[in-house]
Amino acid sequence: MGLTIIQRIEMAKEGNRRELGKLLSLVESGVKLPHNKSNPWVLGVTGPPGVGKSTLIGVMIEEWVNRGEKVAVLAVDPSSPKSGGALLGDRMRMSSADSSQSVFVRSLATRNHPGGLIPFLDHMINLLGLCGWSRIIIETVGGGQSEIRIVAFADRVMLVDGPDRGDIIQAEKAGIIELADLIVINKSDLPSAQNAANSIKKSFDYSNNNDKSVVLTSALNKTGISELIELVESLEVNQERNSLRIKERLLSAWDFSLLSNPSLNDILLDLESGTINLDEALSRLK
Amino acid sequence: MGMRIVIAKPGLDGHDRGAKVIARALRDAGHEVIYTGLRRKPSEIVRVIMDEDAVAVGLSTLSGAHNVLIPKVCEELISNNMGEIVVFAGGIIPEVDREFLYSLGVRAIFGPGTQTGSIIDFLEEVSERKKNDFEVGVGDNPGWRWD
Repeated sequence: MGLTIIQRIEMAKEGNRRELGKLLSLVESGVKLPHNKSNPWVLGVTGPPGVGKSTLIGVMIEEWVNRGEKVAVLAVDPSSPKSGGALLGDRMRMSSADSSQSVFVRSLATRNHPGGLIPFLDHMINLLGLCGWSRIIIETVGGGQSEIRIVAFADRVMLVDGPDRGDIIQAEKAGIIELADLIVINKSDLPSAQNAANSIKKSFDYSNNNDKSVVLTSALNKTGISELIELVESLEVNQERNSLRIKERLLSAWDFSLLSNPSLNDILLDLESGTINLDEALSRLK
Repeated sequence: MGMRIVIAKPGLDGHDRGAKVIARALRDAGHEVIYTGLRRKPSEIVRVIMDEDAVAVGLSTLSGAHNVLIPKVCEELISNNMGEIVVFAGGIIPEVDREFLYSLGVRAIFGPGTQTGSIIDFLEEVSERKKNDFEVGVGDNPGWRWD
């Protein structure tokens, strides 16, 4: 409607949520916004399905808002590979999300872009930072490589698990544990939560992960939340993990540029027919 | 590509099987569906549509309060300059109440027994009308409706 992108960014910066919502859609469709770098505070939250990530984020939001922060959440859910559609239900578990002026929640489907959401996430985060959102959270269901890459866009990563799941082993396999700065065992209202926390701590004792905290929370009863916030706030960027995350970001960008290379299809066909080998394919992609 | 659609449960109504079936059917038709969960205020629903930059909202109500809650959502959309949003409704909405809701800019009302396919057809028509700039938003002339 006649507004330039610059005008829209100005309106979003002044607190116009409608324009912010629309700008995020533009970024998601591949438009690059001309704006400054905002260096926002970003927390990545991941973990297996059903451990209470969204509910936990919901109560963390309340705590942050009480402390005067403005919290924005990007909740990422997978798109159906068959229909391309998605059911985005994370925000229904964040009860504070729909009323407070200090909260902004945006649900994102991974869509079936080459490289997923990744090429756009950086720009979305930057836009939110520019618009004054002081705590930005990226939530994703953990497990696979694409989720690792999504949370790698955060400077701090929190892995959430539940009691008695055994999934932490899966997370370890997937490499998320290497990127995580702290581990939360949610549902501490259930009896086996302490055991789960103990076994994770023990496994850290055997490895070089012993600087990582393991925290118990109950999003249901709102226990352990302010302690968790304190801990998250006091996290210092770990250089080793930061390098790993930056490497993941670069790999994502690399994949994206590979998958969107205009000669990709021809090279694939030549590979299939055997006229070139992998080394030759690589040099043609350069 | 599909649309971004909010499926919402306004007011004090604890029944969302229908809303969930619709959400699932729209997902399977390629849409991105944001489900609000139960017991949302009209103002909260408008906020969700705004933050999520949705194109349409489906309001599911079985409580009998449709003549209060649906107009509130429509009014708030218009007062927030969101007249281009498409509003449709479903649940238990008696025939006698429908004309009033259509007059507010609601474009379709789906009752019990509706095939999910007809909601998907409605949304296809919506997308066509949007492309051609025909009236379809809650703030546009309420002439066209889906029957």
